Amino acid sequence: MNDFTQRHIEIAAISVDSTDDSRKLSQAKGYTFPVLSDPAAEVIRRYGLLHSKGGEDGQDIARPAEILIDSSGMIRWENLTGDIRVRARPGQVLQAFDSTIGR
Amino acid sequence: MKRRHNILLWAGFVLVLVAVITYIPIFAVFASTRDVPWVNYLLFLAGAILLVLGLRRAFAQPHIYRGKILGPILASISLLLFALFCFVILYASKAIPASETAVRVGQPAPNFTLANWDGKQVSLTDQLKNNHAVVLIFYRGYW
Repeated sequence: MNDFTQRHIEIAAISVDSTDDSRKLSQAKGYTFPVLSDPAAEVIRRYGLLHSKGGEDGQDIARPAEILIDSSGMIRWENLTGDIRVRARPGQVLQAFDSTIGR
Repeated sequence: MKRRHNILLWAGFVLVLVAVITYIPIFAVFASTRDVPWVNYLLFLAGAILLVLGLRRAFAQPHIYRGKILGPILASISLLLFALFCFVILYASKAIPASETAVRVGQPAPNFTLANWDGKQVSLTDQLKNNHAVVLIFYRGYW
């Protein structure tokens, strides 16, 4: 997290989880960044990341992705995993920032 | 003469069970053992070797070792567990929609305002004003 703070990178996690579930996750993992609720998958749809009926009970959820946005609001890097178990590692995101936006 | 318990069969089966049970609580926690579950594959392999050795004993020396019925049963269950594990890792985990609809590099990021778990509203434009960059992590939820 320190590497992210040093570079003034803010992190925000988004899913269809309720604020209650997000709080439980955040507290269990000790997250210091916002964990946002998008229960109707509306923002998820805006980003084109919908996984229709992908949830365990058939709910619409997000497909996993990491998106790097610069201060002008432009998307500079993204990671759309092909496997729900494989996520971008922090080092990858930092490297993407360093090579696209710079310190 | 009393026949011996076939330790190899049981040890092999236990290793297979360990291979299945430990993925989520232990090895899926670390990216290095989660992305390709090599430790679990090794446990399956070790279990398989012991099961095969145990089966050989049961059939080659049935007067010394038990296991002619139990052996094939444990081996079949193990094979099923391995198949299930591979199905989840190699297929089910990849059942994600194609990425063509996703926003692309070079596009403006759609703005939004969503509630954080503490009830505060968080907007993308505000986050961007105060930082050099924002990383959005979209995840499935239901963890």
